[in-house]
Amino acid sequence: MNRRKLIKVLPWITTPGLLVVLFVVWELSVKALNVSPLVLPPPSKVFENLGDLLGKASTWQNVQVTVIEIAIGFSVGVAAGVVVGVLLGKLPLLEASVRPLIIALEVIPKVALIPLFVIWFGFGMTTKVIIAALLAFFPVMLNVLLGVRSVERGHRDVMQSINASRWQTFTHLEVKSMMPHVFAGMETAIVLAVIGTIVGEYLGGNEGLGYMVVRTLNELNAPALFAVILMLASVGLAMYFIVTSFKRVAIPWHESVYGRKAEG
Amino acid sequence: MQATKTPVLEAVNISKSYGEKQVLADVSFSAGEGEFVCIVGPSGTGKTTLLRTLSALGTANSGEVRVNGMAITRPPAEVSVVFQDYSRSLMPWMRVGKNIELPLRRYKLSPAERTTRVTEALRDVGLEHAKDLYPWEMSGGMQQRVAIARSLAYRPQVLIMDEPFASVDAQTRADLEDLMLDIRARLGVTIVLVTHDIEEAVYLGDKVIVLSGRPASVSATVDVPLGRTRDQISTKSRPDYLELRAKIHAMIMQSPSSVSG
Ligand SMILES: Nc1ncnc2c1ncn2[C@@H]1O[C@H](COP(=O)(O)OP(=O)(O)O)[C@@H](O)[C@H]1O
Ligand SMILES: [Mg+2]
Repeated sequence: MNRRKLIKVLPWITTPGLLVVLFVVWELSVKALNVSPLVLPPPSKVFENLGDLLGKASTWQNVQVTVIEIAIGFSVGVAAGVVVGVLLGKLPLLEASVRPLIIALEVIPKVALIPLFVIWFGFGMTTKVIIAALLAFFPVMLNVLLGVRSVERGHRDVMQSINASRWQTFTHLEVKSMMPHVFAGMETAIVLAVIGTIVGEYLGGNEGLGYMVVRTLNELNAPALFAVILMLASVGLAMYFIVTSFKRVAIPWHESVYGRKAEG
Repeated sequence: MQATKTPVLEAVNISKSYGEKQVLADVSFSAGEGEFVCIVGPSGTGKTTLLRTLSALGTANSGEVRVNGMAITRPPAEVSVVFQDYSRSLMPWMRVGKNIELPLRRYKLSPAERTTRVTEALRDVGLEHAKDLYPWEMSGGMQQRVAIARSLAYRPQVLIMDEPFASVDAQTRADLEDLMLDIRARLGVTIVLVTHDIEEAVYLGDKVIVLSGRPASVSATVDVPLGRTRDQISTKSRPDYLELRAKIHAMIMQSPSSVSG
């Protein structure tokens, strides 16, 4: 096997290996040092709890709630981000007049607003969707705003030299050159949407994985808490993976996609 | 070329300023049907500015551009441009075939006709098998061939080229130069090619227009009586070729524009 191939397959072998080593060391040290299971439960306990939880319909109900909140919030945030980003990118006067406002909104830690949303929109899914959407909105909007303005001059010349209409230039050129920026924004947005949803669930409501974290914490059930955190991590990873896979399919021509392939 | 015939492309007293800075002053020249005209001048003289005006991508402050005797205000269908930087001119999200098809959207063509044109254009530049590649999968020379094919599929009367071979290696450059001579011979298209390379200008041109001065104007129009068939080795060793090259070189050296500024 040559070096390039080796570099490609190596992570697939080492990652599970490292995880196994981690769990074994964890298990042994917890046993050897006699750590209280309330502080650090051994992985065997965690997986036992995970098994129990996955066997319950209510767990799956909670997973479903969280996933739906993330998905809707993310989609709304991305859609709004694209529309506002294009408008602001195309209308420099508008952008100049709202810029201070945008910067202010960008800088505010939006997680701090969550209690307000709970007051306004209650303890249901709406609040979490709004939080996820709000968090997802900014990175997409800012990336698209930049993308609209960074269309290659040479490509514009080509469209102009064939007398393309504004609409043709928009659909054949501007939309395409914007796509990598949309995806760059989406990759940040999905991470933030997951965070926003879960923090929203911590603070209010009685469903979702975030709520399960709070409940197991209140019960001081550390093994179950670890198990829920594992599930949360899996949901977050799966979401991110979906977005990057979508990118690979949608813009195979972009160097952020083919560059990685070539590097192999 | 009969003197009475209307030139295909004609620039009449073109002047252009960017703000206070005048770049072109009363530039005039013409290109007849099937003629290969090379415009030569050092970097920063205003060659790109002139080409943008010729293709109506930019506007002049005064003067006019005529295509078949008619003054133009918008990019005319008879003229196609091959840009200096192929990597910024081909769309990376389109495969080669789609890139070549793009300008054809200007016309209402049947899908079959479009396919024929793409296939022919690819054959004209010797890239029959590249239709489904992405531009970034190709070498620089191949990409420039695709850019040329895109212009040819359009079937223009005039092909305007801005230092098209400036960023490829010497061998590729020689191949592409011969490709252009071949295309002119086979398709009878008029070519206006801008370059800062005197050797290239004399090798390719039926006529070399020397652009110099600040602001730039046409300091000489030199006919190149080397015939229409040329060869990288034998033509370039002919005494009359060498003499022309030296003459044009001297003209450019004498002009104040050779002092970079
Ligand atoms: N858009 C522009 N705005 C202001 N100055 C420009 C612009 N384009 C070109 N120039 C100036 O005009 C001069 C001629 O440029 P250009 O036509 O690109 O020359 P060339 O193609 O011969 O190198 C240069 O001094 C350049 O700085
Ligand atoms: Mg130039």
